[in-house]
Amino acid sequence: MATVELTDLVKQYPNGVRGVDGVDLTIADGEFFALLGPSGCGKTTLLRTLAGLEAATEGFIRIDDRDVTTLDPGERDVAMVFQDYALFPHMTVTENIAYPLRIQKVGKAERADRAARTADPLSLGQLLERRPAQLSGGQQQRVALARAIACHPQVFLFDEPLSNLDARLRLEARTFLKQLQRRLGVTTVFVTHDQAEALAMSDRMAVMEAGRIRQVGTPREVFQRPGSLFVANFIGATPMNLLEGDLVDGRVDVGGGLALPVPPSHRHLPDGERVVWGIRPEYVGAQGPEDADGDVVAGTVAAVENLGVTVLVTVEAGGRQLRAVLPEGLEPQVGDPLGLRPQTDRVLLYRADEDGALIEP
Amino acid sequence: MNPVVRGVVGRIGAYTAVCTLVVFFALPLLWLVLTPFTKNPTYSVRFSTPTLGNFAKLAENPQVWPSIRNSILLAGGSSLLVIGLAALAAYALSRVRVPGRDQLLYALLLLSSIVTGTAAMVPIFLMLFQLNLIDRHTGVILVLTGGLLPAAVFMLKDFVDGIPRSYEESARVFGAKPLQILGHVVLPVIRPGMATVGVWALVQVWGNFLVPYVLLANPSKQPAAVVMYTFYDAGGQPDFALISTFALVYSIPVVLLYLVVNRRYGFSFQGGIKG
Repeated sequence: MATVELTDLVKQYPNGVRGVDGVDLTIADGEFFALLGPSGCGKTTLLRTLAGLEAATEGFIRIDDRDVTTLDPGERDVAMVFQDYALFPHMTVTENIAYPLRIQKVGKAERADRAARTADPLSLGQLLERRPAQLSGGQQQRVALARAIACHPQVFLFDEPLSNLDARLRLEARTFLKQLQRRLGVTTVFVTHDQAEALAMSDRMAVMEAGRIRQVGTPREVFQRPGSLFVANFIGATPMNLLEGDLVDGRVDVGGGLALPVPPSHRHLPDGERVVWGIRPEYVGAQGPEDADGDVVAGTVAAVENLGVTVLVTVEAGGRQLRAVLPEGLEPQVGDPLGLRPQTDRVLLYRADEDGALIEP
Repeated sequence: MNPVVRGVVGRIGAYTAVCTLVVFFALPLLWLVLTPFTKNPTYSVRFSTPTLGNFAKLAENPQVWPSIRNSILLAGGSSLLVIGLAALAAYALSRVRVPGRDQLLYALLLLSSIVTGTAAMVPIFLMLFQLNLIDRHTGVILVLTGGLLPAAVFMLKDFVDGIPRSYEESARVFGAKPLQILGHVVLPVIRPGMATVGVWALVQVWGNFLVPYVLLANPSKQPAAVVMYTFYDAGGQPDFALISTFALVYSIPVVLLYLVVNRRYGFSFQGGIKG
């Protein structure tokens, strides 16, 4: 049971590259926290710095008000599950799970006993005498989890725990992992590059880019109101509609004769400002040719992608493209005329500069 | 000629060539296996009623058993020393960034062929003389170890490079100290590599003639490879009975060792990393 507190954390490599560049973050007790970002954004470096495998260049790490910044990994009371699981190939499942206890000088009989008790709820009871090479990917993952659980740490650190499983197993493991974390109630930080995974599993998440945290929030907050263009681009199974234009008369003129609607809260913004107009395709609906208020974007269907229950339709109008996720049964053909209506209150405006920050009302 | 005939003739030609080659390589082996059991052996391979008389003659020779013991001592000692030192060096070189590491390894590899070769024999002899290590097994072991180490380090480093760091990091996060990491994780995982290098070193020393021949003066300290050279009668004629029998006895331990190690370790990696 512990909070994790990172203050101005910097990890600079000898070649001057900053893997972690001034991170401030507080993770609450018992929270399931996701670090999300594209590859090379520093999320794994941050996790490794937290574990003590990389030494922090600046800043502090506190676990439960204990300063662990300079402590050895073994003294931090954390357990890490590696992306490749790192099960020792020459040890049996029991020996692997009991390894942390062996380091803590727990007697052999008690070790085996505690390993068996940890393994049982993870359905590893029948596999205790096997070696890692004789296990499936999912079983290996559970052994790695059991080994982390066996040492009763204050914090779990998972590095891409699901990326080595095949797609079907990954979904099962996702549910399983979330239930397990809830049951154990141990503060958990996990790294992933898969935004669906982060959205599905975490209580809160941080989106990282180039060693910095771009946004922290609950999955719902991050999904509905991405705090910057980077996050807006990164989050979501289907890419967000983002069109750059100028504010004119309470609308965004994106060229090609398209003046897109702005939510009422933003109508006071001065004319002529350069902004990026954004909306998730999920919040764009289809409409017939009639258009009472001028909010409908009328064009022709340029592409139709089947997503299972829904279809992703790309409509071209005035040389611009707008994507919409439409329900089953409404499947237009390429070349058909189609009107799309964005839900005005779901529209987000971003500054058209390098930071691309969300314009708050 | 029609194509079928040409094909048949071609195949006959190919098989004849292969058979000639096989005979060429098989004959010496056949000689090695058969000659010890023949009466009055010569250069030729002959099949006759098997006899164990040559072995009785070999057993009576006072030099034989001490020389085998010396060979085991030299080969075993060098092999253990090579494994121990090479494992530590390979682990360090694989895991720690050293500027110019690869150049250093290649340079050592090149130089090592000189150390145990003829070129450096005189300076090595002089050096060991000053160190008072002439006519001692320690001296021979040190020289042979020095000659084998670079190649052994090279081979083992390659092996350690193939082992994911996450094993060690995982152990570290669980609180293992460096020596525990080495003992619990690294050494067991690279054991197949160490076994391979160990057998290789042993075979190298077992068959080495020059170094013990030059550095050991006392015949009772000579290993089998050198003693075999002395099995000539007063007239300078090779004593085939002794030489062939001894050659067979001499090669058995190496073959056995290979079989045992191969069975135990299989010269392979067991895995355990999912990736």
